[in-house]
Amino acid sequence: MHTQTIAELAAGLRAGDFSSEELTRTLLDRIGRLDPQLNAFITVTAEPALEQARAADRRRAAGESGALTGVPIAHKDIFCTLGVRTSCGSRILDNFIAPYDATVVEKCQAAGLVMLGKTNMDEFAMGSSTETSYYGPTRNPWDLNAVPGGSSGGSAAAVAARLVPGATGTDTGGSIRQPASLCGVTGLKPTYGRVSRWGMIAYASSLDQGGAFGRTAEDVALLLQVMAGFDPRDSTSADQPVPDYSATLNDPLAGLKIGLPREYFGEGLDAQVAEVIEESLAEYRRLGAELVEISLPNAGLAIPSYYVIAPAECSSNLARFDGVRYGYRCENPQDLLDLYTRSRGEGFGAEVKRRIMIGTYALSAGYYDAYYLKAQQIRRLIGQDFRAALAQVDVIMGPTSPTVAFDLGEKVDDPVTMYLSDIYTIAVNLAGLPGMSIPVGFVDGRPVGLQSIGNYFAEAKLLNVAQRYQQVTDWHRRLPPVG
Amino acid sequence: MEWETVIGLEIHAQLSTNSKIFSGAATAYGAAPNTQACAIDLGLPGVLPVLNREAVRMAVMFGLAIEAGVARRSVFARKNYFYPDLPKGYQISQYELPVVQRGQISIDLEDGDSKVIGITRAHLEEDAGKSLHEDFHGLSGIDLNRAGTPLLEIVSEPDLRSSREAVAYMKKLHTLVRYLGICDGNMQEGSFRCDANVSVRPKGQAAFGTRAEIKNLNSFRFVERAIEFEVQRQIELLEDGGTVVQETRLYDPDKGETRAMRSKEEANDYRYFPDPDLLPLVLDEAFIESARTALPELPDARKQRFIDQYGLGAYDAGVLTASRELADYYEALVEALGGEPKLAANWVMGDLAAALNKAGLEIAQSPVGADRLAGLLERIQDRTISGKIAKEVFEALWNGEGEADAIIARRGLRQITDTTAIEQAIDAVLRANPEQLAQYRAGKDKLLGFFVGQVMKLTQGKANPQQLNDLLAKKLKA
Repeated sequence: MHTQTIAELAAGLRAGDFSSEELTRTLLDRIGRLDPQLNAFITVTAEPALEQARAADRRRAAGESGALTGVPIAHKDIFCTLGVRTSCGSRILDNFIAPYDATVVEKCQAAGLVMLGKTNMDEFAMGSSTETSYYGPTRNPWDLNAVPGGSSGGSAAAVAARLVPGATGTDTGGSIRQPASLCGVTGLKPTYGRVSRWGMIAYASSLDQGGAFGRTAEDVALLLQVMAGFDPRDSTSADQPVPDYSATLNDPLAGLKIGLPREYFGEGLDAQVAEVIEESLAEYRRLGAELVEISLPNAGLAIPSYYVIAPAECSSNLARFDGVRYGYRCENPQDLLDLYTRSRGEGFGAEVKRRIMIGTYALSAGYYDAYYLKAQQIRRLIGQDFRAALAQVDVIMGPTSPTVAFDLGEKVDDPVTMYLSDIYTIAVNLAGLPGMSIPVGFVDGRPVGLQSIGNYFAEAKLLNVAQRYQQVTDWHRRLPPVG
Repeated sequence: MEWETVIGLEIHAQLSTNSKIFSGAATAYGAAPNTQACAIDLGLPGVLPVLNREAVRMAVMFGLAIEAGVARRSVFARKNYFYPDLPKGYQISQYELPVVQRGQISIDLEDGDSKVIGITRAHLEEDAGKSLHEDFHGLSGIDLNRAGTPLLEIVSEPDLRSSREAVAYMKKLHTLVRYLGICDGNMQEGSFRCDANVSVRPKGQAAFGTRAEIKNLNSFRFVERAIEFEVQRQIELLEDGGTVVQETRLYDPDKGETRAMRSKEEANDYRYFPDPDLLPLVLDEAFIESARTALPELPDARKQRFIDQYGLGAYDAGVLTASRELADYYEALVEALGGEPKLAANWVMGDLAAALNKAGLEIAQSPVGADRLAGLLERIQDRTISGKIAKEVFEALWNGEGEADAIIARRGLRQITDTTAIEQAIDAVLRANPEQLAQYRAGKDKLLGFFVGQVMKLTQGKANPQQLNDLLAKKLKA
């Protein structure tokens, strides 16, 4: 049962082949067996999951079920879940029980999806390996010595290891696409504003976007259908109709124009990864697509610009974690300053502190113009590059990450090298565009992901482009050597 | 040396919206601590602000009323600092692009002239919560009911030259925001408070002196006293060869002095940047026009109309239009009375104002409504009662004894206007006081008052004073 996709499970539930409760038990058993070595979950909500599953079975019996009623998923621990710990991978929220549901969680629940638990992540989504989590690193199901990528590494690993058929994630600079690539699963970061940020703990508000992991484009389409939509509680949410993402999945690709940015195939890209990517592009040519070289002249400025804007916003967003109202508070504070400095000093990990300090510095009087304002100008240029390119081509493709999964501990002490693993994904967040990663092969047993970038609100096109590839390949069906 | 004072005020007016500026929690004053603070006000993880449309409408009305530019596009920014009653660690405010741009307001000076004061800007922002240090031993309490309450911060140009001008300006804005119905103006509850930037410079010098900012003044009297103290302090300092340091000061009303809170060196670097959770505020013409349509007659226009329409002097018109409620009361009274605007003005500014003042009531709480007061003034007008008796009737009205006519009838206060009756009373008094009559006729004119008093006493004050005077004069001459 655990190897089935969401679409297959939904069909099985519909046909009465098994109940949601049986399915949920099977997956909970699997999590109990395999997660101790993977550490993909921060919290497993077994009892509430079984209750939700039974409720789903009753709804189905009563003829009130929807397309996905009774299908289990997991949520990244960045989404607030009523009555369940929402830690954001941080000690500072280790004791935080959210008093409300994020819009994404609410929508999933309304669709009858069963939540199995909350997945591991880099602390406050700051990281590319899930190693900055207070709860310890998640391991890559393809190789337990490798990182799963990050920050949504727990969700990606759980889907790859078949602990859950699908999971939510968030992506600020690549946090869905890069772990999807490193774990060999399908991940989509929608257009900024497509999925509500209400209840999604903010890292960098102007870049954060919720999205989904699945094993297939078809599954991701089903999950996005549930998650997307305007939310009056999020002022940056887009008031745009949500198309039927499944309806256009099988459209032919003949005549599709794919742009290949030369900046994404140059120095820094692992040669073996490049070969795998070339092979996948050849597959697209066989599917009828036309490949054209394009240029994103300011691509090289994406990382420096991101590492000013994101820390600047994070320095402000994380100011609320002060030990006053909720979350971690230091023992015996002597006075207010002591309460602040020790609660935050003890509650946050090194990477979070690093970004808070960078951001605080970048916003300081006298530096604002040189850093924050300049970074925003670059951000506009990057957006212009993409818009110009997407006026010529339908989608842009390239590697999701310059390398396959690296070893645990390999880059954790070298932040700049770590930051470079998001070199192809970050610009997409700065532009606010949708981006997707699908598995297209392996290097030394570790998965390689192909990134496709579409125009604003062109998620249906990306899903279609991914689906057609998955219909003629089986990389997404390969099973990792666990359990 | 002769010194010139330079003052600029930053006034915080709490907008009278039902809910907070970025959340749906109620804004009512005085609820139990933290009962009016929702997840957004508490700054819980994952919450997001959504701008209150009504707060924007109120800010636009204010902008239109001070003839300011209303920004078609303005931006909310985060002002970052740590304080326990600031739940998010930043205040959402407007920084580079405020919704209300440069405007002006005219104030009346004591010499009868008026002066135009520039208003640099007015911007929307959220209030912080309150720290309560008194109620807990060794601990501080935090009440977040006020957190997220909408404020309009109104920043003046440094155009004010004395504490009196500052108070006149503050009063003028106080009147205006209440006319507009955008702020209840309750200063005790902190709905209308100000920070004063004060400096002095040698008269004739163009450059400004170094200023001190006096924080959180919540009464007109405190504003006046704090500025006066501060001006004196700075002058003395400078004359002794010292220098004024730029700093934030607090006014202690008990001691009547200001004292340093923090200097510029210790000032926070607020690290303002545009709030990424809120899109720029874009206003279309229709929204601005609907705010314009909703504007009431403004205080200056109403004052001028009172002068033109009712023939009142500038002072009286100013007093009667000082609040919208008072002006409404006055107009209701004149209408009920079918005229007599001066009589009405005298009573509203005289007996009624005195009684309200004594009882500590606002005009809206007056136990004597405009209709009832009109009933009384009609009886003065048709000479049923004298002005003096009217004061007694007014007191009865105030005490809730019913309509003026009923009180006059029940107490038998109807004025005696019958010549024969008054003459009879005069004759009786003259007969009873032959000595005084003789003295009067011998030239002791002062005794006229004695006879008036005696006749009034005999008629229980009901004799028509004018008739009494005329008839008495005739009889005394005879």
